[in-house]
Amino acid sequence: MNSPLLIKAVRLYGEGDPVDVLVRDGVIVEIGQWLDAASTQDLDGVRVLDADGLVALPGFVDLHTHLREPGREDTETIATGSAAAALGGYTAVFAMANTDPVADNAVVVEHVWRRGREVGLVDVHPVGAVTVGLKGEKLAELGTMAASKAGVRVFSDDGLCVADPLIMRRALEYTRSLDAVIAQHAEEPRLTVGAQAHEGERAARLGLAGWPAAAEESIVARDCLLAKQVDARLHVCHVSTSGTVDVLRWAKARGTKVSAEVTPHHLLLTDERLEGYDPVNKVNPPLRTESDVQVLREALAEGVLDCVATDHAPHAVQDKDCEWSAARPGMLGLQTALSIVVKTLVRPGLLDWRGVARVMSERPAEIAGLPDQGRPLAVGEPATLVLVDPRAHWVVRGAELASISGNTPFEGMELPAVVHTTMLRGRVTVTEGKVQS
Amino acid sequence: MKHLLSTDGLDPATATAVLDTADTLKRTLLGREVRKLPTLRGRTVVTLFYENSTRTRVSFEVAGKWMSADVINVSAGGSSVNKGESLRDTALTLSAAGADLVIVRHPASGAAHRLASWLEGTGTAVVNAGDGTHEHPTQALLDAATLRERLGEISGRRIAIVGDVLHSRVARSNVHLLAALGAEVVLVAPPTLLPTGVHSWPVTVSHDLDSELPALDAVMLLRVQAERMHGGFFPSAREYSIAYGLNERRLALLPEHAVVLHPGPMLRGMEIASAVADSPRAAITDQVRNGVHVRMAVLYHLLAGEEEAA
Amino acid sequence: MAPRVRGAADPADERELLSAGDVARTIARMAHQVIEKTALDGPAGRSVVLLGIPSRGTPLAHRLADRIAEFSGVRVGVGSLDVTLYRDDLRRRPNRPLESTTLPEGGIDDSLVVLVDDVLFSGRTIRAALDALRDAGRPSAVQLAVLVDRGHRELPIRADYVGKNVPTARSEDVAVSLSELDGRDGVFLRRGASS
Repeated sequence: MNSPLLIKAVRLYGEGDPVDVLVRDGVIVEIGQWLDAASTQDLDGVRVLDADGLVALPGFVDLHTHLREPGREDTETIATGSAAAALGGYTAVFAMANTDPVADNAVVVEHVWRRGREVGLVDVHPVGAVTVGLKGEKLAELGTMAASKAGVRVFSDDGLCVADPLIMRRALEYTRSLDAVIAQHAEEPRLTVGAQAHEGERAARLGLAGWPAAAEESIVARDCLLAKQVDARLHVCHVSTSGTVDVLRWAKARGTKVSAEVTPHHLLLTDERLEGYDPVNKVNPPLRTESDVQVLREALAEGVLDCVATDHAPHAVQDKDCEWSAARPGMLGLQTALSIVVKTLVRPGLLDWRGVARVMSERPAEIAGLPDQGRPLAVGEPATLVLVDPRAHWVVRGAELASISGNTPFEGMELPAVVHTTMLRGRVTVTEGKVQS
Repeated sequence: MKHLLSTDGLDPATATAVLDTADTLKRTLLGREVRKLPTLRGRTVVTLFYENSTRTRVSFEVAGKWMSADVINVSAGGSSVNKGESLRDTALTLSAAGADLVIVRHPASGAAHRLASWLEGTGTAVVNAGDGTHEHPTQALLDAATLRERLGEISGRRIAIVGDVLHSRVARSNVHLLAALGAEVVLVAPPTLLPTGVHSWPVTVSHDLDSELPALDAVMLLRVQAERMHGGFFPSAREYSIAYGLNERRLALLPEHAVVLHPGPMLRGMEIASAVADSPRAAITDQVRNGVHVRMAVLYHLLAGEEEAA
Repeated sequence: MAPRVRGAADPADERELLSAGDVARTIARMAHQVIEKTALDGPAGRSVVLLGIPSRGTPLAHRLADRIAEFSGVRVGVGSLDVTLYRDDLRRRPNRPLESTTLPEGGIDDSLVVLVDDVLFSGRTIRAALDALRDAGRPSAVQLAVLVDRGHRELPIRADYVGKNVPTARSEDVAVSLSELDGRDGVFLRRGASS
């Protein structure tokens, strides 16, 4: 396991001439041209990985994953979700708190953290609930969760909004001392009673109750004001509207400590998917319009949106193969995220590979305060990286994904870019599309 | 026509063919002692109702029986439906048990579309008898049949739909069908009861009923449901009734030939005054009567042709 | 289904069985036969109603009635009887539009009804017509008049009045054109057309 690994002819960040990278004891020890056994000392038993034509990036970090364990192990487990993450090029994921039981205490977050370590494919960081039982009424024991072995640094009631402005203010204020961040699922619940789809012409015609953009934008605006007021950090989950981008731009300009994520599906899909009522396209926040999609892409490239997060949400067949209003919202995302980012930003020229490293690895690691993720590809840094084949294509088949569930909205689509190898502190977790357990 | 799921996208030729068939059936059965045709002998029709609607279910049942189909009623109260069986499993069970056609009423928009997709390849046809706030195509067809009967033709006629358009499947189906048949449709409602993006519909919008009435050939009133009255969509039943209710004064503003329609059940005194509902201008019982013939025509078009015919 | 185009096929595949003149003469002869067989002009003339089966039976019934009036001085009742709703082969064909059923004033109860159709083939249309007739009233007797009998009966049904017997192959098609519907009169035999 600890034998050195020589990665041959890889292009770091997709830039410059191919170089060789020598990894030993989980650390990048040498980068240069024509490294080989002859020029490098002590290379007994060195393994060689021919990376000709591949692009090396720091391992991806997903701030927003639903691993469903504990509670819904029929749809995903920490083991299957970790495999899906590694196959998607991820080396760290944040497991959302809306499990059963809810991760609103040290026992549950430590369980999730320990299971993640046992599986060992990616660093699994539990997200702690902001309020007890996600009920939005009483703060959970944030300090205890932060001080637990899991070392929780991200708190979120995701799936539900911390709607009460006073509770939200207290949560923001309180987490200042924990060096933690509140990740808000921005949805004013009074404006989305019974909501089924983006409030627009299409949902109105199809008779689906509308989820208005203002329900997201008003909460983001309120929370930005609160964060500024109490000088706390705020992270906005799954931004879906162009209006939210405007609010964030304004808040950042006045010095608010706010960061924001966007999901791959909101970068590609629109409410056109409502036609036919197939609930595989049901997600919260809902798929918006083409102009929202364009604005989100540009905002991500520009940095107003900080990062991509998957909101990977596995669901059982019976919770999706039903009538629209009865279906659970959410879609798989871990294994398709990179390809969607390449399709929507790299190919159109909005982002280069260094930009991909920024939005999928460096910024999310910074937001979550991870010291050993999202690091530069440089000598002395951890060998936590991903090798991407930028020229290959693949066709998405839900049944072939590593998740137990198959609810991908990208079924049958041919997507660019394939994850070739994923490496976590020198350990190859995935190579040539196969999990190395 | 393989299923009847919506009037959105229903081509005018097919709609007209169904209306013509309904008309012929009506004339064929007129004055007969025995109102029974052997056309659908041996075919099995299931009404699958997840919402109570005696009116619609009975209309379909009579239509099926007059065509000699075997009609089986499944309702949420009396089957595995209330034991939590999924809609998909129920659909597949009915199809496997030999249903040639399933008529479904469901509170979820799109339920009929889902049913049709699950039954793809089984040869079982689906008729949407009302799905959530989406569509109710046979109601629109029977309204069109009634308008044709009263006005001669629909093309070029000006028809107002008044009331809770936002939550109305009847309104959606009527807008698509009437526009396809060449009518000018005016939606009259408070802004809170109009759908988002209504400007992209083939209609004009008004908030002033009085100014619309003199130019109308027909006015179609929508039911105001109790939960809307308490949902803050308008300040009070009184204010709604004053602004949008069809009373005797307003009836007098309509041209002599204009028709009043209501899909029922009516809230007398709220959206329609009793004297208006009972006036000869109201075609409300005609609507019910035509409902049977229109539904017979729909069954004929779906079941009496070659299987899998386009 | 595209409508059958009458009298416009490739001449090589088509043979004229009756010309326009033949059609007129045949209808005249059938009119004489009806008068004679129903004793229409006799002292105890009974009530006779001609019911055409749409589409082409309807104009034929009207022409027959006109000739009967011309030859006997008696105006018989004329109407049409659509049998679509009574067919047993609906599922074997594309959906077809319904045609109209119109009964003469006074109905058909206790009348002698003569069903009129263009071509008698399997007999299934006539079986359906007998069922439809039962729902339309109670005639004292029912007879059948056809312009062409092409054989291949599948039911025990025969016509009382036949304009022309034409031996045909099952694969052939007998097409009757009438000026009211098709712009000209004539009867044609076509090879290989689907029936």
